Amino acid sequence: MIKCTPMLAVAAACGLLTSVAHADDLKVGFIATLSGPPAVIGIQARNGFQLAVKDLNGKLGGVNTEVFVADDELKPDVAVTKVKSLIDRDKVDFVVGPIFSNILGAIEKPVTEANVILISPNAGSSAFAGKSCNPNFFVTSYQNDQVHEVLGQYAQDSGMKKVIIIVPNYQAGKDAAAGFKHKFTGQILDEIYVPLGQLDYSAELSRIAAAKPDAVFGFIPGGMGVNFVKQYRQAGLADKITFLSAFTVDESTLPAQKDAALGMLAGSNWAPNLDTPQNKKFVEEYLKEYNAVPATYAFQAYDAALLIDSAVKAVNGKLGNKDALRAALKKADFKSLRGEFKFNNNHYPIQNFYLTKVAKRADGKYETEIVKTVFTNFGDSYAKDCPMK
Amino acid sequence: MTATLFFVQVLNGLQLGVLLFLIAAGLTLVFGVMDFINLAHGVQYMLGAYLAVAFYGVVGNFLFALIMALLASLAFGLLLEFLVFRHLYERDHLDQVIATFGIILFLNHAVRMVWGAAPLTLPMPDAFTGSVLLAPGQLYPVWRLVIIASGIAVAGGLYLLVTHTRIGMLVRAGATNARMVSALGVNIKRLFMIVFGFGTMLAGFAGVMIAPIISVEPGMGTNILILAFVVIVIGGIGSIRGAFVAALLIGLVDTLGRSFSIDVLRLVMAPSPARTVGPAIASILIYVLMAIVLFLRPAGLFPARGR
Repeated sequence: MIKCTPMLAVAAACGLLTSVAHADDLKVGFIATLSGPPAVIGIQARNGFQLAVKDLNGKLGGVNTEVFVADDELKPDVAVTKVKSLIDRDKVDFVVGPIFSNILGAIEKPVTEANVILISPNAGSSAFAGKSCNPNFFVTSYQNDQVHEVLGQYAQDSGMKKVIIIVPNYQAGKDAAAGFKHKFTGQILDEIYVPLGQLDYSAELSRIAAAKPDAVFGFIPGGMGVNFVKQYRQAGLADKITFLSAFTVDESTLPAQKDAALGMLAGSNWAPNLDTPQNKKFVEEYLKEYNAVPATYAFQAYDAALLIDSAVKAVNGKLGNKDALRAALKKADFKSLRGEFKFNNNHYPIQNFYLTKVAKRADGKYETEIVKTVFTNFGDSYAKDCPMK
Repeated sequence: MTATLFFVQVLNGLQLGVLLFLIAAGLTLVFGVMDFINLAHGVQYMLGAYLAVAFYGVVGNFLFALIMALLASLAFGLLLEFLVFRHLYERDHLDQVIATFGIILFLNHAVRMVWGAAPLTLPMPDAFTGSVLLAPGQLYPVWRLVIIASGIAVAGGLYLLVTHTRIGMLVRAGATNARMVSALGVNIKRLFMIVFGFGTMLAGFAGVMIAPIISVEPGMGTNILILAFVVIVIGGIGSIRGAFVAALLIGLVDTLGRSFSIDVLRLVMAPSPARTVGPAIASILIYVLMAIVLFLRPAGLFPARGR
């Protein structure tokens, strides 16, 4: 092991030298929210990533791989401490994570400035898609707005005239409403902002019933969505007013929503029934290993592992040459579970987006299934402001 | 804004109020009679919901799950009382807060270890899955009406129990002057234990009743506990009647505030700022109400006599 002298005190340089010295091991730090109510999502991502490492026999790019898992507890300050110790103590070559955009905002700088590659398997905030795009930062999910735009476009295409928007009263909620309105030009009857963490929606549902819109667009993530969907069904609205949603009905919440969510529409870049051979195999394995249907979080983390695998292979395990590594990552020379996939100039994906619908599987579990393709090879609207080529 | 919508929102407010009452009743009894601050009351509400889900998984019958969950909540409450709480009655409030806060952390994690972090659901009993048509387009779930009815029934039962039975008399006496009651030869320890177990059971009952509507997940009791404290402070600590009135008041103010704040603000300002300001005002309304009540009546609306 080469000693890090104070002269070389730049943590990144040390990490780089030691990893060259070891040459045999590839170290990946994985950070996600693994405690608290949103833990379900983080656990899906972790499972997906670990499944990929297992499928590749513990070797990404042919190099023995060690994965360090950390829990950000959905607290930005905790996340920063944890990634710093991943970088300084464990000397990781890649950090994969996080789930939530506010955590991404906190760890993006500490990771990329240490010249470590950061790959987000879910959070795709606009903050790093435009002017502040970063050569060390890659996203295997989407730019957040895109998912909301899918539903706006669908509402527009299917001739809906009057829509009510319901979102939690915080930044991501307002972004969701804005994303929907990018593509939907009809009348917005009402925008309902509810406090984050609200459990009972009786008052809002009565308002919706009284206003009689053609559709409701909602971004009501996690446990909030479980409650909203159940109560939407109980109030008898599910059969009368189309419910379009993002991150509200997916495989992480469906085990709790069950029949209440059947037939509800969502936007996504993937679904468990997406017809590619590699995806079929992935869904089967995930079911067998974890007894649950994978959600987008799991598949995006799986793809993150495949991405690392392809790049490490391309540079023959020589992680020291960061320029070559970045170039190899940018190529995205791997078979994504979603099929067509490439990186935009801002390192966010260009991919297809689908309208999905909740259905019951033959084994009694629930999943989202693709109804139709809404966008083909769709890049985000911030990429043009990114100075990277 | 129409009369029917207003009526529906009043019903919604009543339902929230009744639920708050079920939680606050136990809290105010324990706080009033025993002078004991039990922050863990919220996790007992959570535990009621989880136990019902667990028992429902065994037999698939709601009524059975409800009864078993109530008995299990009671047993667990008594166990906690025996192991932890009874050693805290003589300590000051800060010790009680710290100890019961520890129980919150412990139970939230324990629940996660046993049942996992994913939200769970409790199906409604089949007889109450339908909804009634209140007005064209306004379907109201029967279960919410059942919650309102059961809450009012519990309130009536508690009223009879507290004002017309011997144990109720002791509870009232205990709330006024526990030492004197003890000096008169009443086994105050046993009384405390009964009150505590009963309070736990009420919280568990609230948890079971709400479980078919909201998701059952770790930490679900934390936010509602804050509201329950607001209720007992407004109602007057130790007063069941106060808790009932305050709970309904809070339920109505919160629900009507959330529903109509924007419409009201639109009368005086442009739609866009109204949309921003409305939800903000709605979420602080109940605390404003609490501040006003405390300013006018520092001991709450119906202070227990002799305190």
